[in-house]
Amino acid sequence: MTPIPVSQQKMDALRERMETAITRVGRLVRIMEVCGTHTVAASRSGLRSLLPKQVKLISGPGCPVCVTSQAYIDAVVDLARGGKVTIATYGDMIRVPGKRGSLEQARAMGASVRVMTSAMDALKLARAEPHTQVVFAAVGFETTTPPTADVLIRAERDGVANLFVMTAHKLVVPAMLALLASGEVQLDGFLCPGHVSVIIGANAYRPVVEQYRKPCVVAGFEAAQMLAGLTEIVEQTADGRAELGNVYGAAVRGEGNAAAQRLFDEVFEVGDADWRSIGVIPGSGLVLNAKYRKFDAAERFGVQFGPDNATPGCKCGEVIRGLQDPYDCPLFGKACTPQRPIGPCMVSSEGSCQAYYKYHRFRPDPK
Amino acid sequence: MCLAIPGRIDTLTNDQAEVVIGTNRYDVCTVLTPEVQVGDWVLVHAGYSITRLDEQDARETYALIQQVLTEPPQASQA
Ligand code: SF4
Repeated sequence: MTPIPVSQQKMDALRERMETAITRVGRLVRIMEVCGTHTVAASRSGLRSLLPKQVKLISGPGCPVCVTSQAYIDAVVDLARGGKVTIATYGDMIRVPGKRGSLEQARAMGASVRVMTSAMDALKLARAEPHTQVVFAAVGFETTTPPTADVLIRAERDGVANLFVMTAHKLVVPAMLALLASGEVQLDGFLCPGHVSVIIGANAYRPVVEQYRKPCVVAGFEAAQMLAGLTEIVEQTADGRAELGNVYGAAVRGEGNAAAQRLFDEVFEVGDADWRSIGVIPGSGLVLNAKYRKFDAAERFGVQFGPDNATPGCKCGEVIRGLQDPYDCPLFGKACTPQRPIGPCMVSSEGSCQAYYKYHRFRPDPK
Repeated sequence: MCLAIPGRIDTLTNDQAEVVIGTNRYDVCTVLTPEVQVGDWVLVHAGYSITRLDEQDARETYALIQQVLTEPPQASQA
């Protein structure tokens, strides 16, 4: 593992502040890192093992592939197998097992499935092959949504009639509020995602701070940044404060990225979204508005959504709700590995199961 | 999937840029950061620049990026 070359002094100073604060709290502090990239960065940098034993980091519902409902996965696989369209998708999606196999398996049996690194590639494909019906599997949080919107605006402007999207775009803050409303998981605060916050702005977390009195601190992905964010949350907990913080001022402003937000508003409206194992959370997703509905692949190709039945035995649902650790899944590291993943939390490079498997496969001493 | 990586804008025509990240060049759409100019550092996510960055901030996160780029092949690109 390559260490991140932040100044040792800075890390030491932060650890000292953290130690002082956690001593003042005098109990276990449970902090959710909402973002899958934070989950991976915390594991890869060794940050998890640097934290005092009384600070527990809990992974949240912030891995886009992991929270995509099984019903959506099955529907995209069925659409691919139907043979009428080419599915364009981000890489991790193709290995998620569905009821009738994964997209990768569908491709092996002749379906047309292309991996893209940008929504723009799906538009380029549609332009280059006007007789191909291209369906972009549009998953992801607010960082990933503006590109989808931009591509549809271009397609509308230029009359591109063979590009469609299966939208499953989700919103982070409603999911955080839903987790708190469910009362299932006990949390002291949230480490808020860095790059989602570039778009939505730090102020977007105000409802969490105000309605539930939970500290929310936005952080980037370096170990020192994450430690600074966590320290701020523990200090607030010690003081009995709940405030909005932002230690990623280099990239994140209070109001977010206005140009990106304008693109959302042009193409999408807030709607309900189906989350793996959580179910439908009202107002937690983005759906195409009336002007752009003609790009809706589900409508155009009569896609049927089945039940959200997870693979038997897979605990991804509990993992993304912060109720269980990957270690609690009996299949973890045995039947389920990154080579032969059973659930999306092991498929995705941002999934908790894959991060734990790669960086700390064995449960540490009990905390 | 929400990871964004800093890079420097090398060429820019309308809202299409070539951005240098490490030793590679990428086509990047700048529609989300209309204020950027050649030479600026930006955070790039899924083929789009999502914000401008200070050169110093960008360079500070550079170590992290290198690490991300040397991840095993199945790491997410999006
Ligand atoms: S280890 Fe595999 S089966 Fe268990 S919860 Fe994680 S992804 Fe699901």
